[in-house]
Amino acid sequence: MFEYAPAPESRSVVDVKPSYGLFVNGEFVDPTDGGSFKSINPASEEVLAEVAEAGAQDVDRAVRAARTAYEQVWGPMPGRDRAKYLFRIARIIQERSRELAVLESLDNGKPIKESRDVDVPLVAAHFFYYAGWADKLPHAGFGANPQPLGVAAQVIPWNFPLLMLAWKIAPALAAGNTVVLKPAETTPLTALLFAEICQQADLPAGVVNIVTGAGDTGRALVEHPGVDKVAFTGSTDVGRAIARAVAGTRKKLTLELGGKAANIVFDDAPIDQAVEGIVNGIFFNQGHVCCAGSRLLVQESVADRVLESLKRRMAQLRVGDPLDKNTDIGAINSAAQLARIRELSEAGAAEGAQRWSPPCELPERGFWFAPTIFTGVTQAHRIAREEIFGPVLSVLTFRTPAEAVEKANNTPYGLSAGIWTDKGSRILWMADRLRAGVVWANTFNKFDPTSPFGGYKESGYGREGGRHGLEAYLNV
Amino acid sequence: MTATPTSARSDLSELGRSETALRTFLHGLPGVDQVGAEQRAAQLGTRSIKTTAKAQAIDLAIRMVDLTTLEGADTPGKVRALATKALRPDPADPSCPHVGAVCVYPSMVPYVAEVLRGSGVHLASVATAFPSGQAPLEIKLADTRAAVEAGADEIDMVINRGAFLAGRYQEVYDEIVATKEACGDAHLKVILETGELTAYDNVRRASWLAMLAGGDFIKTSTGKVPVAATMPVTLVMLEAVRDFRAATGRQVGVKPAGGIKTTKDAIKYLVMVNETVGPDWLDPDWFRFGASSLLNDLLMQRTKLTTGVYSGPDYFTLD
Amino acid sequence: MSERVAVRKTYKLFIGGKFPRSESGRSYIVQDSNVALASRKDARDAVVAARAAVKGWAGATAYNRGQILYRVAEMLEGRREQFVALGVPADEVYAAIDRWVWYAGWSDKLPQVYGGANPVAGPYFNLSAPEPTGVVAVVAPEAPALLGLVSVIAPAVVTGNTVVVAASPSTPLAAVTLAEVLATSDLPGGVVNLLTGRITETVPTLAAHMDVNAIDLTGVTDAELAADLEIKAAQNLKRVLRPAPADHDWYADPGLTRMTALLETKTVWHPKGV
Repeated sequence: MFEYAPAPESRSVVDVKPSYGLFVNGEFVDPTDGGSFKSINPASEEVLAEVAEAGAQDVDRAVRAARTAYEQVWGPMPGRDRAKYLFRIARIIQERSRELAVLESLDNGKPIKESRDVDVPLVAAHFFYYAGWADKLPHAGFGANPQPLGVAAQVIPWNFPLLMLAWKIAPALAAGNTVVLKPAETTPLTALLFAEICQQADLPAGVVNIVTGAGDTGRALVEHPGVDKVAFTGSTDVGRAIARAVAGTRKKLTLELGGKAANIVFDDAPIDQAVEGIVNGIFFNQGHVCCAGSRLLVQESVADRVLESLKRRMAQLRVGDPLDKNTDIGAINSAAQLARIRELSEAGAAEGAQRWSPPCELPERGFWFAPTIFTGVTQAHRIAREEIFGPVLSVLTFRTPAEAVEKANNTPYGLSAGIWTDKGSRILWMADRLRAGVVWANTFNKFDPTSPFGGYKESGYGREGGRHGLEAYLNV
Repeated sequence: MTATPTSARSDLSELGRSETALRTFLHGLPGVDQVGAEQRAAQLGTRSIKTTAKAQAIDLAIRMVDLTTLEGADTPGKVRALATKALRPDPADPSCPHVGAVCVYPSMVPYVAEVLRGSGVHLASVATAFPSGQAPLEIKLADTRAAVEAGADEIDMVINRGAFLAGRYQEVYDEIVATKEACGDAHLKVILETGELTAYDNVRRASWLAMLAGGDFIKTSTGKVPVAATMPVTLVMLEAVRDFRAATGRQVGVKPAGGIKTTKDAIKYLVMVNETVGPDWLDPDWFRFGASSLLNDLLMQRTKLTTGVYSGPDYFTLD
Repeated sequence: MSERVAVRKTYKLFIGGKFPRSESGRSYIVQDSNVALASRKDARDAVVAARAAVKGWAGATAYNRGQILYRVAEMLEGRREQFVALGVPADEVYAAIDRWVWYAGWSDKLPQVYGGANPVAGPYFNLSAPEPTGVVAVVAPEAPALLGLVSVIAPAVVTGNTVVVAASPSTPLAAVTLAEVLATSDLPGGVVNLLTGRITETVPTLAAHMDVNAIDLTGVTDAELAADLEIKAAQNLKRVLRPAPADHDWYADPGLTRMTALLETKTVWHPKGV
């Protein structure tokens, strides 16, 4: 009766070049010992651009450029001036926000409403926040004279390409380090646009270097003896490998890894908002979120009611063209990720959980997965233990708060958790006991540059955001 | 006790017999988290409705307008003009639909009735000592009966907010029941005056109370207090009618009133209806806008869509 | 009149508040005494004891933990001659006592200094607070025997962690004697567990143990061993404190990092509304 006509955001705001070099020492250069790879639009499988793949020599060149910039320019520069560059970057991000949002949605597949309303505004906010710290480090609570570490090697994932870049680069630069950053191989384009922004801001050459490539490039960067700091966001398996790679060195390491968060709904919860929180918790960004609320723990007494509401709400989710302003769920980022989601979902069904998706037409080309829930899941199911990193929710039930805590904590991960109840004392009781770095009570998937983010246990160590986020980039 | 949609349907009719039962039921409804509700409403407001969808939405919105004048200065001449506009909102374009209803004070009903007779446009009258409701019950009921006798087929009553906020739910309930009875065949819209209820929890409880007592519509506001209809308030009311139908099988309409002035606003509301309660409510029988200036903006946007040119206020009647 | 025959002390392990011999039945001679030679099984038992103690100790009030740490200082003060008799310089004993006092005071201050409210851009209450990471394996420095040991145990436990400490293999007597102090200081059993013997025997087990949350390699002097332990620790992403530099000044102000390295920051969000 009320069909929304397509409302696509214009692509013309962004100028995607046919090919991109590496950003080293302030300019785009061709790789010396690397090759190239293609970045595609996961919603159409169309090739967006050819991107340089940095080899070991290229990585070395970038690290040297960062070292020189650290020793000669950025390290000695007064914090006040570093701050101004960061403020400048923040402003340019705001000015070019639509361009960044469209490019992010093209390269990543996420809905434009998310890149436009969540990712890019948070990116700008992050630079603003850390810009202000650059000349206030002695007041940050790490002693009177905290010092930068030197050259930071940063490897980031494909789920929030530009936001993860901001989480890494902003605090590193504010603290006085220089960086070599490797974006994910499926989503390099906004990082390269960010490199242009650095040029536009007249950021001194070598302070930010972007080396594109896949696992080998990342390995070369992390293992390079010339780096003083390694920061990684990505899978727990790769995080483990990096922890081993830096063993026995003086490289400071922070890791933000996987998660399998419990989103716990009690029978006295504000149900309509809880349902929104469940939806936001698992379907935001196609579920490609390390802190996604991928395990719904619902109290038995309201399980039927919550599931009924959830299904009704899921039927309203609009899956499709990421650039359509009305799209709620975009494309899965890559064929490989789609295969992983399919494999785990099939395992869920094979192990006896009941699978449900709303009727939903998926585009023919591109990588798509309908929003899916599994009911009748137990702690023993793979879909209750392994990170799916897709729009797939496992539903479990509990009877008492103690049982909810026990189930929530029964995982090697510990990144985030959600609690939905109207009872204040229960929230605090639960929050005390949940082994997770971020606890969202009566809300979910909220982020802010002032708010520390990071995990317990195998979800990694160190915090990003807030005053705590500076610690990763200071010699404290 | 919780009001689950799956709870036995016969239970609810008994609730009005005891203050305790009403209180237990209303306070057992799930709470509303303010921030979450407001975010959801804001999110629905970001839908982008273009071209064909927009044209469809504008015509639907026009059909849902309760074209309203509720001024001390209203005269027969003023309300006749308004009623005439209700029939033919855009005299230049016969394809433009008529509005849902005209809404006036009881004393103005006879003049409007003359114009609307046989047109299919409903005639709504506020009653029950609108807007404060601060009059003896007998007077409120007389007010209602007078309006119906004069030709109103829809009555917009106000609830006793003082009694509601003081927790005297039975009293509020009984007044609604009595007013419904006084309405006879006329449809009863129950104005909650959400701007005075202050919390969404209260909006949800008042919505259920009005529905349990037999209201055919629940309406946000009189337009006479500083805060009138808002998206989140309407969202909470839509969730209430949705859950009420699931629990009882009876469908109740929703009318946000006051403060909705632009086509853009109206479309946001329609999106919210569409995605919260679904197409069953996307009909003038089940959703109305209490508004006056909204209509002209809808007409201007409608003309823009048909002609491709932005219009101006001089091209639409002021009534 | 013949000289009195002394009663010698048996230096045993300290696990779960008790003083067992090594389950392996082994000991080694060091500092002219037989000292238990802990096995891998002893290390695992110690982890079980430490894990069991986490809930109560982390759940104790900060005030209570502070009181208990101060009680340790009191007990140590009363037994200072015992340590001097073991060859620990008096100045070091005093420094060790003062270190307990210093850390005792941090129990209810660190969460204020290290946590706090975050002014997020939205209608939310947002608070970050540190929490103990859990079970911490610690390799105590070779020297100074007492001050070094206290300087690695106190910062770990003051915030609510429990520890399994591998004592300095060459000077374990002060460590075992400190365990006797701890056993009489109201410190719940299992909060501090002490292993004597070879680092290479017990610590790899601790580094690889999946129920240990962090490892402090302060006392590891062999760089290759340290790297190997760090690699083992990566299996479950243990928080790692790398070996202290050889010239570390144990008498200097320790700062906060030994405490903060063994903490998790938990951030709680809640909407503000009516």
